[in-house]
Amino acid sequence: MRRLRAYLPLLMLFCALQIAFAQDLASFEKRVHIKVLPNGLTILLLNRPEAPVFSFYTMVDAGDAQDPKGKTGLAHMMEHMAFKGTNNIGTTNITAEKAALAKVETAYAAYDRENNRVNRDDKKVAELKAEWEKAREEADQYVIKNEFGEIIERNGGVGLNASTGLDSTRYYYSLPANRVELWAYLESERFLHPVMREFYKERDVVMEERRMRTDSSPTGRLIEQFLSVAYDGSPYHRPGIGYMSDLNHFSATDAANFFSTYYVPSNMVVAVVGDLDFEKTFAIVEKYFGRIPSGPKPEEYVTEQTKQSSQRTVLLHDPSQPFYIEGYLRPSYRDKDDVVYSVISSVMSEGRTSRLYRTLVRDRKIAMTAAGFSGFPGNKYSNLYAFYAVPSQGHSAAQVGNAINEAVGKLKSDGVSPDELKMVKTRAKANLIRGLANNQGLAMKLAENQLKYGDWRELFRRIDKIDAVTNDDVKRVANQIFVDSNRTIGILETNSAKGAQR
Amino acid sequence: MKTKILMAVMSTALLLGSGQAQKAAPATSTGVATHWKQIAIPELPPFKPKQPKRLVLSNGMIVFLTENHELPLISGSALIRGGSDSEPAEKTGLVEIYGATWRTGGTDKLSGDQLDDFLEARAAKVETSGAEANTSISFNCLKADFNDVLGILVDLLRRPAFREDKLTLEKKQMYSSISRRNDETGEIASIQTDILGYGKQSAYARIPEYATVAKVTREDLLQWHKKHVAPNNIIFGVVGDFDSKEMEAALRKYFDAWPKGEKVGESKVTIAPEKPGIYVVDKNDVNQSEVRMISLGIERRNPDYFALQVMNEIFGGGFSSRLFTNLRTKAGLAYAVGGGVGSEWDHPGLTVLDIGTKTATTADAIKALWEQVDLMKKDAPSETEMKRAKDAILNSFIFNFDTPAKVLREQETYEFYGYPKDFLERYRAGVEKVTAADVLRVANKYLHREQLKVLVVGNTSEFEKQLAALGPVTPIDITIPGPEANAKQ
Repeated sequence: MRRLRAYLPLLMLFCALQIAFAQDLASFEKRVHIKVLPNGLTILLLNRPEAPVFSFYTMVDAGDAQDPKGKTGLAHMMEHMAFKGTNNIGTTNITAEKAALAKVETAYAAYDRENNRVNRDDKKVAELKAEWEKAREEADQYVIKNEFGEIIERNGGVGLNASTGLDSTRYYYSLPANRVELWAYLESERFLHPVMREFYKERDVVMEERRMRTDSSPTGRLIEQFLSVAYDGSPYHRPGIGYMSDLNHFSATDAANFFSTYYVPSNMVVAVVGDLDFEKTFAIVEKYFGRIPSGPKPEEYVTEQTKQSSQRTVLLHDPSQPFYIEGYLRPSYRDKDDVVYSVISSVMSEGRTSRLYRTLVRDRKIAMTAAGFSGFPGNKYSNLYAFYAVPSQGHSAAQVGNAINEAVGKLKSDGVSPDELKMVKTRAKANLIRGLANNQGLAMKLAENQLKYGDWRELFRRIDKIDAVTNDDVKRVANQIFVDSNRTIGILETNSAKGAQR
Repeated sequence: MKTKILMAVMSTALLLGSGQAQKAAPATSTGVATHWKQIAIPELPPFKPKQPKRLVLSNGMIVFLTENHELPLISGSALIRGGSDSEPAEKTGLVEIYGATWRTGGTDKLSGDQLDDFLEARAAKVETSGAEANTSISFNCLKADFNDVLGILVDLLRRPAFREDKLTLEKKQMYSSISRRNDETGEIASIQTDILGYGKQSAYARIPEYATVAKVTREDLLQWHKKHVAPNNIIFGVVGDFDSKEMEAALRKYFDAWPKGEKVGESKVTIAPEKPGIYVVDKNDVNQSEVRMISLGIERRNPDYFALQVMNEIFGGGFSSRLFTNLRTKAGLAYAVGGGVGSEWDHPGLTVLDIGTKTATTADAIKALWEQVDLMKKDAPSETEMKRAKDAILNSFIFNFDTPAKVLREQETYEFYGYPKDFLERYRAGVEKVTAADVLRVANKYLHREQLKVLVVGNTSEFEKQLAALGPVTPIDITIPGPEANAKQ
């Protein structure tokens, strides 16, 4: 890996990077404080006093991979419900409201049961539906709409949002630094006693989200089909947003059960970054988050992905322009070769020097963009290393697919050059440094590394691991994974004939 | 252009459209608040962000410098006057092509590919782009590489090559974008929103076509550069780990001797909105309609700007706005809904209300939006709504200047568009003074149901009947003109 051609400026650059990097790790060791509360909740605090603001990131170690059978999309639905308020927020009378909500559940269960019967009685369904709707109206009278979000916004909260993936659920926003106690109250309240109010209206909202992301988007349609074929056994074969029929079926009771199983302190990490006083903040955090009752870490078993033995293909004829994606099964992020995949992604896809850009976009001009990436659609379990390309005008998905194959073949036979490897390592360090100047980004990285590896320092250690990757590693992993029998291909081909698609 | 495709389907999110001290009510004996109103909000410590140092070189180039020693990084950008709003109509797309090819086409010394090799080996970035009112060049690098990167930046400013092969590549990319612009309802709606709002011929609404892109030559790019990229048309801001005196000396060394050029004048853009009415674009492979309501908004220097920001917050901004609460939370009609009176720095923005709803409720969504417009104009907002909106704007005010880079960008923008440099302070003061009566007044001045153009992109055959009840419907043909069809335009 050593080449004498390396001239002085480059060598100096390398030294400068090493020093900067070491300083950052050392300074971070001093500035990051971690505590596990008696109830099992892990809290990370990082002081970054650049301006009187702070950001946080709450991560729950459960996502749509944990959706029960027949209830796809439930983890995502629960995320929406976490904005609906608590016993103390969003209600005019919690006792009366809870009684009314219990009636809604009884009425819904009766309606849902009849509605799903193979020999259903339509008249009875209509009656039960009317009763359910009446019960909902009854419960709705106690609701103060969107009070939870309103409190945050009125207090200067920005970036208020959340997201649900297959692996985890995340909540985040930023506030001025004088609102730490208010934040601790609100964020702990949310996970202490959430209320499943307005559940069925919010389900309608989520159905609109599905129509937008999946049903009405050409790539959304392809990806849903692609993942359903690429995976079997693994929960990754189901769409995170949920099947429409499941969205029409699951109940507030289901969401409450999901919550009590997975939203336990031992299954959560909260990271806070900004202008904070450690002692005061910890005292506040302990006071409020300590209220959440402890619970056992939930069952972690999921059905394993079966070993693939033959190539699979999804071919979608669609009115839109073509698109190509292929994926190869690889082990979870805990695999010792995880960083090797990062190196492959960087060489294949990062910047204008990347192989896919240079061959498919620049030289052959057959693609607008092309890239490879890991962890599709998650990485907690066996997952796909995927390549995709957007064909240029007049070029087909098959053409870009062939070109990707050639590039992958070259990676398998020749590996990567010393220059490429050096570039990847330099960029990994620089990217890390660039990410350190942002409260929200840092909170995310700390929470993510703590949750996944049990130690936030993995954020830095990963750079050392990338530094140790050799060309042999790249060739070995590429030859192991990138084989036809381990591949699923997804092709969207233009169907010019107009007609109702769905 | 199209790189976001996969990200959109990888995770689902809770999408959203966008200080005073608080006295505490008594808390419980343990000190744990049981209600949010019991929590005292201390005063936020005074925070005066460091203002950038402003220099004017003898050739008229304006420079802003902000030291920030947190990390060993330096970044910056130069705004150059003149953008796509002044490109010739028959070459629509010229500035976008210029913005890409400026960097990829390299300098007299190094080709774009060589620049890629050099910069990426250092994890450094130099990029160029074209926008409506300006073009720009920006960089980002480790402190140790600054001199090398600055050298490249200067070469690109003064001796760009616009190599022919990269022009060919960029034109091919543009053709591909054109061919894909009817695939997603959101993109179709955005294009038609500008056309309905500003008029088909307006530079704010024109879009590149095969024929207009085909007409762009290397000579056009060289001429554009020659005409616009002169020191007296440039505002250059740098932020990061440097010493201001040393930085000033370095920049003077490179830029002092650069002779002045012709000052870029103001562009005159025609704005001729289409007639109000209901417009539909047929897309038969979707089950959700993308609805937009469009009219002309305001320029940001309009004194009503502050009252309109408060109105927007009440009407369609964020979680507890009327549109979100009534159309999403209460009615369950949509996932994405929002809107307000739009504003731009140097010309009227567009007022856009938008909602995505299942095909069956297309007309319901339109009627619900109309109703909200009427209500906004009928009565002044309640005291609670006023307080919520003003608190949201004022308490989050700090996030306008919580990083040195944001402060620098604000100052560059004010300088570019000729706004007072304390515009942010004026904004705060302006918002504080807004009353409920002001909000009612601006709602009646700027929201006009009868002037709104209603656009629906969706499965026409399934909602035609619903829409017919609302008024006459004009179909829009979005067929992409081939190279020949457009050549005569």
